[in-house]
Amino acid sequence: MDLTRLEINRRTALLTSAAIAANVINPMRAFAQQTPRKGGVFNVHYGAEQRQLNPSLQASTGVYIIGGKIQENLVDLDADGKPVGVLAESWEATPDGKTVTFKLRKGVTWHDGKPFTSDDVAFTAMNMWKKILNYGSTLQLFLTAVDTPDPQTAIFRYERPMPLSLLLRALPDLGYVSAKHLYENGDIRQNPTNLAPVGTGPFKFVKYERGQYIIADRNPDYWRTNAPYLDRIVWKVITDRAAAAAQMEAGELHYSPFSGLTISDMARLGKDKRFVVSTKGNEGNARTNTIEFNFRRKELSDIRVCRAIAHAINVPFFIDNFLGDFAKLGTGPIPSTSIDFYPGANTPQYPYDKAKAIALLDEAGYKPGAGGTRFSLRLLPAPWGEDISLWSTFVQQSLQEIGIPVEIVRNDGGGFLKQVYDEHAFDLATGWHQYRNDPAVSTTVWYRSGQPKGAPWTNQWGWEDKTVDKTIDDAATEVDPVKRKALYAEFVKEVNTELPVWMPIEQIFVTVITAKARNHSNTPRWGSTSWYDLWLSA
Amino acid sequence: MRILSLAGRRLAASIPTLFLILIGVFLLLQMAPGDTVDALMAQMGGGDAATARELRKFYGLDLSIPAQLANYLWHLVRLDLGFSSIYGKPVASVILERLPPTILLMTASLSFAFFFGLVFGVIAARGVNRWPDTLISTLGLIFYATPSFWFGLMAIVVFSVYLQWLPPGGFEDIGTVQTGIWRVLDIASHLVLPTLTLGLIFLAIYLRIMRASMLEVLNLDFVRTARAKGLDETHVVTRHVLRNALLPMVTLIGLQAGTMLGGSVVVESVFSLPGLGRLAYESVVQRDLNTLLGIVFVSALLVIVVNFVTDLLYARLDPRISADS
Repeated sequence: MDLTRLEINRRTALLTSAAIAANVINPMRAFAQQTPRKGGVFNVHYGAEQRQLNPSLQASTGVYIIGGKIQENLVDLDADGKPVGVLAESWEATPDGKTVTFKLRKGVTWHDGKPFTSDDVAFTAMNMWKKILNYGSTLQLFLTAVDTPDPQTAIFRYERPMPLSLLLRALPDLGYVSAKHLYENGDIRQNPTNLAPVGTGPFKFVKYERGQYIIADRNPDYWRTNAPYLDRIVWKVITDRAAAAAQMEAGELHYSPFSGLTISDMARLGKDKRFVVSTKGNEGNARTNTIEFNFRRKELSDIRVCRAIAHAINVPFFIDNFLGDFAKLGTGPIPSTSIDFYPGANTPQYPYDKAKAIALLDEAGYKPGAGGTRFSLRLLPAPWGEDISLWSTFVQQSLQEIGIPVEIVRNDGGGFLKQVYDEHAFDLATGWHQYRNDPAVSTTVWYRSGQPKGAPWTNQWGWEDKTVDKTIDDAATEVDPVKRKALYAEFVKEVNTELPVWMPIEQIFVTVITAKARNHSNTPRWGSTSWYDLWLSA
Repeated sequence: MRILSLAGRRLAASIPTLFLILIGVFLLLQMAPGDTVDALMAQMGGGDAATARELRKFYGLDLSIPAQLANYLWHLVRLDLGFSSIYGKPVASVILERLPPTILLMTASLSFAFFFGLVFGVIAARGVNRWPDTLISTLGLIFYATPSFWFGLMAIVVFSVYLQWLPPGGFEDIGTVQTGIWRVLDIASHLVLPTLTLGLIFLAIYLRIMRASMLEVLNLDFVRTARAKGLDETHVVTRHVLRNALLPMVTLIGLQAGTMLGGSVVVESVFSLPGLGRLAYESVVQRDLNTLLGIVFVSALLVIVVNFVTDLLYARLDPRISADS
């Protein structure tokens, strides 16, 4: 029994009770037993248009929210967060971990009528996941070939052991299949299908009017019987968050995914009986707020200074007053939502302690000079969300109190990535670390040394630790799930001690959805899934 | 014919300006940290260095900056605006798609502001320092001081959320396919709130200018003459004063056509309209150089055209200003 999972802090308790209260008002469970109603149009808020819609080529929620209804993955996660087959029916790995065999579903056809076969899987894996897909290219780095002895079998061959549990947790995001016959000729990146996706999913692409909307209609030949229920999904491009909230209220939108509205609007609509506002269904999209320290800066290369900075910031106060119910205290790079890897809070933590912070700075030799200033720092906040902006101001004010004036330098997305990850022109940076169900997918790169300059969301801190490197490498190829978990617990302990990046806040995306929706938020990455069972009550 | 040659001369004179603007914008955007691949990485949520290298090659960013600039200008000379990296198609077609909503919104707001600015300006001038003047001037100041995004959001809350009279956003209804007059009416209903939001701010300026201009002309000698020969006040105002007082208004329209293109980013975002302002904003954030330069090019052309029309109007309103001089 994992005791840490039973620890429920006040926030979760509040959130859960709020969810229960919502259930009393809108008894979803009772409705779920009703016969699903066919038909209806589901209007979805689409905040930021992407350059393409094919999830085999781009791993981001902005693509899944559309492409994930049209194309399908080999494997997805079920209600308990366990891998469940979609286009794959079963899988098995050899004991050495170098061969993974997928048995594929029979009788599945692409939207253009052609049959789905193992050739499509092999083509997608070798040409898209391995070569183009972000995070896919890292995951499949040692994939050497995909054999297709028959149309229903795909055998993945790896040069180094690939833990089956890692592959199965990564494939829901990084395992979308594209049709070989549409992509085999010409440049994949320029293929017009990228903006008019063809898949095997429950909804067929109809139209994309850039800057306005995307439409997909019910696929009558979908392989799951009696699915989907909805006639049509319309994604409306609305870049202004306040305007999107107004459209929700006007009934023009049914669903705003991934914290698409402002914090205050989400809190407000949460009190409105017409909507359900919850973090449920987003557990697979957990993120942590970060502070990255640039170890090239003399003062920050002293671990005592980094620890002092962490001790100087009152995180619970910030969460209570600025983020409300949508966040909780973080304990490290692996968030508590990660059922398989969360090591508990029993690793070095840095609770608010101003006296200790001051003592640490004094000890490190940075005594206050003229005007109480010890040294000053430049903080670069990422532009992804209002929480980061608030957090950076909070950090600035907290550090001012211990004699470290902070200059905040704001940039847009491209500028932020360039300055932090390529030019290293920062002292402190703050943004989000996205946890993707397995630490090997996008977490350990934040700590592993030897990352090429310019690769975003990787260790660019001028920090290197051989022990941590070894733990990361061992865990990545460890086939035994129990040993892997232990290695990652060790990893969290090490990086919380050395603290190249501090991850003090844990957040899950917030869903705002009409109370009429049924079978929603029923898996950990629901916003990205195919919605084959979603329906709207009258 | 004279008009055509004038137009030709005007255009020729503005070509160097146009090139200077484009080169300036190109260099300015080079100074912004990060390129379109960084922006794409930000959107994707990460990717490895090899992918980034390949993408830079794909977007032609592996060339030096002078080479890129020369490349761009060479294409432009052949009237090719290049390829948009965020849209994956020619810039010209991207802009062409976005032009109609922008022009529609701009024309509607400008006409609204011009017409009501004129009417209210005249009323205020005729009742100067009495209650109509005070009321109109105060309202004008309030409109002018209110941020347009707030205006827009409040309009949505009142007219779309509570009263449910008008759609809260978008260019047309997606649910039903409409044709002919019904489509026109549908688009019109979607444009009412954005037009009012954008127009109200300009209305304030127009009515202040109109009022001041009217007051000035009302004191001129020929007005006294007109009154002395026994014309009634309405006649004096419509026939003699108005026409002369209109000149500054026309100047203003020419100046503001350009501002309106930029100013509509906010209104387009709040009302989810697929216009040029939003496209420009997106191109900056995504570092899509070709699209941004294309928009600058088209906007500059638009401003030149509007100013040319303004000049023609001048000549029409005031025969002393001839098109030749």
